[in-house]
Amino acid sequence: MTSSWQHLTMHEVQSLLQKREISAVELTHGFLERIAALDGMLHCYLTVDAQGALAQAQEADKRLATGQATPLTGMPLAIKDVIATKGLRTTCASKYLENFIPPYDATVMQKLRQAGAVILGKVNMDEFAMGSSTENSAFGVTRNPWHLECIPGGSSGGSAAAVAADLCLAALGSDTGGSIRQPASHCGVVGLKPTYGRVSRFGLVAYASSLDQIGPLSKDVTDCALLLQAIAGHDPQDSTSAPLPVPNYSQALEKDVKGMQIGVPREYFQAGLDPEVEQAVQAALNHYEGLGAQLVEVSLPHTEYAVAVYYLIATAEASSNLARYDGVKYGWRDPNARELMEMYTASRSQGLGTEVRRRIMLGTYALSAGYHDAYYRKASQVRTLIRRDFDQVFQTCQVVATPVAPTAAFRLGEKTADPLTMYLSDIFTISANLAGIPGISLPCGLTSQGLPIGLQLLARPFDELTLLTAAYAFERTTAFHRLKPPVE
Amino acid sequence: MDFEVVIGLEVHAQLLTQSKIFCGCPTRFGAPPNTQVCPVCLGMPGVLPVLNQKVVEYGIKLALATHCQIAPYSRFARKNYFYPDLPKGYQISQYELPLAEHGYVDIEVDGAQKRIGLTRIHMEEDAGKLIHDEQLPVSYVDLNRTGVPLLEIVSEPDLRTPEEAAAYLKVLRNILLYLEICDGNMEEGSLRCDANISLRPVGSTTLGVKTELKNMNSFRNVQRALEYEIRRQRSLLEAGEDIIQETRLWDANRGKTFSMRGKEEAHDYRYFPDPDLVPLVISPEWIEAVRATLPELPDAKKARFMSQYDLPDYDAGVLTAEKALADYFEDCVRSFPQAKKVSNWIMSELMRELKKEDQGIETCGVTPQDLARLLALVEEGAISGKIAKSVFMDMIATGQEPDAIVKAKGLSQISDAGSLEALAREILAANPKEVADYRAGKTKVMGFFVGEIMKKTKGQANPKLVNQLLGRLLQE
Amino acid sequence: MSLTPEVVTQIAQLARLRLSATEVETFTRQLNDVLVYVAKLNELDTTDVPPMTHVLDLTNAFRSDAVGAGLSPDEALANAPQQQRQAFVVPKII
Repeated sequence: MTSSWQHLTMHEVQSLLQKREISAVELTHGFLERIAALDGMLHCYLTVDAQGALAQAQEADKRLATGQATPLTGMPLAIKDVIATKGLRTTCASKYLENFIPPYDATVMQKLRQAGAVILGKVNMDEFAMGSSTENSAFGVTRNPWHLECIPGGSSGGSAAAVAADLCLAALGSDTGGSIRQPASHCGVVGLKPTYGRVSRFGLVAYASSLDQIGPLSKDVTDCALLLQAIAGHDPQDSTSAPLPVPNYSQALEKDVKGMQIGVPREYFQAGLDPEVEQAVQAALNHYEGLGAQLVEVSLPHTEYAVAVYYLIATAEASSNLARYDGVKYGWRDPNARELMEMYTASRSQGLGTEVRRRIMLGTYALSAGYHDAYYRKASQVRTLIRRDFDQVFQTCQVVATPVAPTAAFRLGEKTADPLTMYLSDIFTISANLAGIPGISLPCGLTSQGLPIGLQLLARPFDELTLLTAAYAFERTTAFHRLKPPVE
Repeated sequence: MDFEVVIGLEVHAQLLTQSKIFCGCPTRFGAPPNTQVCPVCLGMPGVLPVLNQKVVEYGIKLALATHCQIAPYSRFARKNYFYPDLPKGYQISQYELPLAEHGYVDIEVDGAQKRIGLTRIHMEEDAGKLIHDEQLPVSYVDLNRTGVPLLEIVSEPDLRTPEEAAAYLKVLRNILLYLEICDGNMEEGSLRCDANISLRPVGSTTLGVKTELKNMNSFRNVQRALEYEIRRQRSLLEAGEDIIQETRLWDANRGKTFSMRGKEEAHDYRYFPDPDLVPLVISPEWIEAVRATLPELPDAKKARFMSQYDLPDYDAGVLTAEKALADYFEDCVRSFPQAKKVSNWIMSELMRELKKEDQGIETCGVTPQDLARLLALVEEGAISGKIAKSVFMDMIATGQEPDAIVKAKGLSQISDAGSLEALAREILAANPKEVADYRAGKTKVMGFFVGEIMKKTKGQANPKLVNQLLGRLLQE
Repeated sequence: MSLTPEVVTQIAQLARLRLSATEVETFTRQLNDVLVYVAKLNELDTTDVPPMTHVLDLTNAFRSDAVGAGLSPDEALANAPQQQRQAFVVPKII
């Protein structure tokens, strides 16, 4: 029965494809049908590229037939709409870029195409990746497959919901302050933010350039490793990508956590943490002890400053990164503007949403004459302290374990009126971006309302291998990743 | 009250790299609009810059040639402002940590040497071009120039007169040309100059309120604009009025500067380090490797011209003030090794004609080899110095070789004693009175006889021979 | 430090954003909330702490001076809101 294939993971589908028990075209058709059936309700996709996907699937079948397949050949994937896809509309969920068709591919897209992946389409997000709920999309919210009245998290909400609801086999997202890990947590899937510099940012539409990273969202850790393998590596087109060799991530899945030191930072288990989330995370920690890992209480004393640092640095960079949306070369222009200044202000104000404008305002202020040192520079200094915290902690342990978010998915509209409260919900994920270290979110429980809870693991820079080892050890011995949301 | 003028220049030099500073687009001038663009220089969403290494090398070259200290650690910053020729809404430039600082160049005005300090040299990207419609209320944006590499060279406020400013600009341009990193073409904008200028009472050590002058696209205009601005500021100050700190545009047609006030707001560029580009670390080894590739610079070349060719200070200065001229001279000397004679010809005949035609040596139709040949013809006695000058005019006009002109016009000097003697006898016979005068002691009439012979031979008679002949015949 | 509606309007101008009167009011309040919150950074003495602008210690990422493939004018202008004479068109700059 074709409808059951979509529930499989990539590595499960891989053997079916290689044995030719199904074809990539059949698989792709199956996903396109499922999207047609369910996405009206969930609204994960902003653009479905049926024609392109089927053509890619045909190519994939040829490769599979001639034994030239890679682990990703024929795998139907969804791409966050912040990653440039040549010839395929890339909106960043912004009215400003509603009709923008990039003339080039992001480096990760080139890699996926070379690997023979099938691109089903582009998925929803908070506009320009600014948000934690996907409610800031100019094209409507995405609903959480576990509870349609709840947010899927953000900003990669479309990616997480699509993976959770089996509207793709896996997806790419981007993470600037938790935008992969938090929606992965809220949707009960695996999401990994690589070390800054591990994956090329070329073609990732910039929100905050010193924090942004592309990463995978998948149904399990094995798929996560497969997708990371495909996109990682140095890119001469990205000066900030690290010229380091990429290890074989599947090796990580063969190791165990016996004797591994897992740091538990006390600052992440304080007031504001939902008791059900705390319980689930604590249970996960106990499980690790059961697997032979050693829990170490550690301190990341500057954690409480992370949100403040983040919202100054990210918005400062954003205010500059988004200056290119000026109505001249592409995107929205107010057709009535008759004068230059009017063209700028009208085009930008009509094309960019409220949260985007709010962050541009904050960032412009943080960099402006007289305030630069008090805000931007001060934040950059505290960022150093946050990084030092982690350097210190990683002297004694290989992995740090924390909750992903203080609560499970909240209700649609619950926090939209109060930006600061929304910003504070990023508290546990932001530090990894500021420090540039890798982090993964994996399912570790459900709330009494049936909403997924995520466990976050963090590791040393470029040690995704250890991160995957620790994540896989948990996943292999638990069943949370097999839980499915009630959508059919 | 007497005022002292204080001028500092900001010069932008476009670099002669094959590709742009942050992407692989070509940098040719004059291509059709938007034919030298890519996603990176168009500022498309998602693109990233990657620094062209050659730009750094060129920057190091200029820094070494201008005695700057090269920063072991420098970085790029974003200068944020909106303008339609700036696709990203920010210019990638350098701010806190520029490539090089604290240099100098020496200039000479009216025979006096002066050292002008350089505050800094930094790298940045050029903006695009706007073309305004003649009728419709629209402007056209051409982004070919966007991302062409620039070096910005900022001088100390050490210049005191428009002449000094022009001299400084010429010295700087000359260094850029010597280094072959910029073509120095001010009309095409590959070398551009802005000026900060203020006046202060003589003896004062604090700076007056300055204005910034823009849009001066030739040496002459730099000088004219500064002269105008000095008059303008002086008359305001003398009338007891305040100078407003502002940017003013030079209008070459009207010979005036105009305030840009009201057309621009107070700038707040919100500089911050560009997170897309990593810091630049320049090792002593790298600097030495670049130093090894430096060509001979103007000062060194001048000294060598004086010692190697035994040229006076003045000649060596003139010839090395432009690399192409110095090269021309040396090419010429290679074929005709009498350096002073070559120098004289270049400085008088050649430079006069170039100036008349408002032409550079680069486009001169007379090759150094042709000029050397012309001098050789004089030296061999084949033509006289006077004929040589007229041959030279033909060479300038037609680009022909000197031998061809001499032959075609039958200008060879008559050195055949036999035919000249016949002519001389004829002339003496026709002018008995003058012959008698000469023999009576009025030797000055000799000039008359020489003139007659020259007239008859259209100047082709060898003058030395003519003198000898006449002397002998009149003694008879 | 507290933001006034006037400063918010100035910042909007600098960022080339047009805000309605209501938005000026809302943004003033919301941005002030954030600024009050971020003021907690002043609890920390950062006198000798270098600012971090890059998390990685990378330096000297270069490309060689080689011409690569670009876009045709048609491709370059394909997304332009207004184009003519093979150029992007903007309201006349006075």
